[in-house]
Amino acid sequence: MSDRTTERKFTCIMCPLGCTVTVKADDSGNIFEIIGSRCLKGEKYIRDEFSAPKRVLTSTVAIEGAKFDRLPVRTSDLVPKDKLFDLMKEIQKIKAKAPVNIGDVILKNIRGLGVDIIATRDLSL
Amino acid sequence: MKKLTTDIIVIGAGPGGMAAALKAHEMGIKNILLVDRLPEPGGILQQCIHNGFGLQKFHKDLTGPEYADMYIKQLKSSNIQVLLQTMAIEISNHNRVILSSKADGLTEVCAKAIVLAMGCRERTRQQVSIPGTRPSGIFTAGVAQRFMNIEGYLPGKEVVVVGSGDIGLIMARRMTLEGAKVHAVTELLPYPGGLTRNIVQCLNDYDIPLYLRHNVIEIYGKDRVTGVRIANVGEEGSPLQKTFEVPCDTLLFSVGLIPENELSRMVPLMMSPLTGGPYIDDTFMTSKPGVFICGNAAFVNDLADYVSLEGETAGGSAAKFAVGNYPNDARITTVAGQNVRFVTPNFISRNDCATLYIRVKYPMTDVRITSTNNVIHLVKQIVKPSEMIEIKLDAEMLKKIKILKEFKIDVGQNN
Repeated sequence: MSDRTTERKFTCIMCPLGCTVTVKADDSGNIFEIIGSRCLKGEKYIRDEFSAPKRVLTSTVAIEGAKFDRLPVRTSDLVPKDKLFDLMKEIQKIKAKAPVNIGDVILKNIRGLGVDIIATRDLSL
Repeated sequence: MKKLTTDIIVIGAGPGGMAAALKAHEMGIKNILLVDRLPEPGGILQQCIHNGFGLQKFHKDLTGPEYADMYIKQLKSSNIQVLLQTMAIEISNHNRVILSSKADGLTEVCAKAIVLAMGCRERTRQQVSIPGTRPSGIFTAGVAQRFMNIEGYLPGKEVVVVGSGDIGLIMARRMTLEGAKVHAVTELLPYPGGLTRNIVQCLNDYDIPLYLRHNVIEIYGKDRVTGVRIANVGEEGSPLQKTFEVPCDTLLFSVGLIPENELSRMVPLMMSPLTGGPYIDDTFMTSKPGVFICGNAAFVNDLADYVSLEGETAGGSAAKFAVGNYPNDARITTVAGQNVRFVTPNFISRNDCATLYIRVKYPMTDVRITSTNNVIHLVKQIVKPSEMIEIKLDAEMLKKIKILKEFKIDVGQNN
């Protein structure tokens, strides 16, 4: 372990308590102390948030031939938080064609992440 | 005028109304009418494209449209009659509902039971009295959400959000992802209005500053908003210790929701000044026999999941009422005690089980929730106004409650 430490604060969202948790790690990212977390579930969440935060990304894409101009979509799985804006650029280019069913893959394997963009509703004329 | 008779009419096809109609259908009611003014069922869920729905009800993390789809598919495979682009414009004291639609004109519906599920409306700039000019670029958060997610318009690029309600937080993230810059979210109170997970995932994730104990005190701009002045507010909520100006072209208001009860007042139902909805009992029946209500029309909920659960209760009760199998015993009044903004239902004891929903006035840590005769005795680490407290009452607790006249709930310090 190097002698330089980084310290980051998080708000736990696993329950309404909303604990403020401080994570101390060395500069290669190894956590050596978690302060303020009151349960195991919270501690796991904080570890993930520190090392590799992930989110579901939801947005809309343009659609032709449907009763509305926008189709709501989501990533089929969690994606790294730091990729969200990159993925938005791809999503903004998509033009879907109606009819679409809920769960249909609208874009396969976005940016090679192994995650698809899927429709979150049925949409036709 | 066209005339129709039915067993149950449900007004509003959002998460509450759909659940109510399906529950009544499941209980064997043959003739059910579900009406909505929009061209499709789902209500506001269709514009809530973010995830976080269904965790309580389905133990799944769904988006709004996906959550709605679970019910829409069930509706399609049932023989519930769904009337869309149809607005209920009047309810008479004799449980007759007047519907208006382009296709059918006016229709009078005579129903054995009515379930009201009209949802709520957003408070606007006018209701929080913000001085300044009246330029374009000012929206409630939910209207901006509809523009973006259904119509496909970005309402603006430089944004300030007034109030920290959940929809405002969700829209701060949504607009940021679409390339807008959200400069500030202001909140008059010392704590946020929305759920903690939304503060973290919508604001903290994108470094959007939340100004607690701050308010917009003036709006600038002639044709379009050009900026706002934000002031720090003191203990009593009075402004002006320190102010600063933020240039922006868009202002979103997320300053609370009001149960929609124009129809309820026509009946007329007895209204609660605390919830903004009608007085209800534990079957979700209002002061008028045969008229039931659920979801945000009754009182504002934090989650769509709760709304659907209430819809099931209201729909199930309406089904019992329609077949004349409805319990009719004494009523005990629930009373909001210390640090309780409201407790609902207002009357209990018809059923063998009931759920109390409690909203506190202010946050508190190390809490003890108590009641008359100690029927309820709960210790909690924290309570917040943004997160409703749900307490299930079982048969044994209700037996103790049934001998009382009123049942008071207090939220106090645990010491």
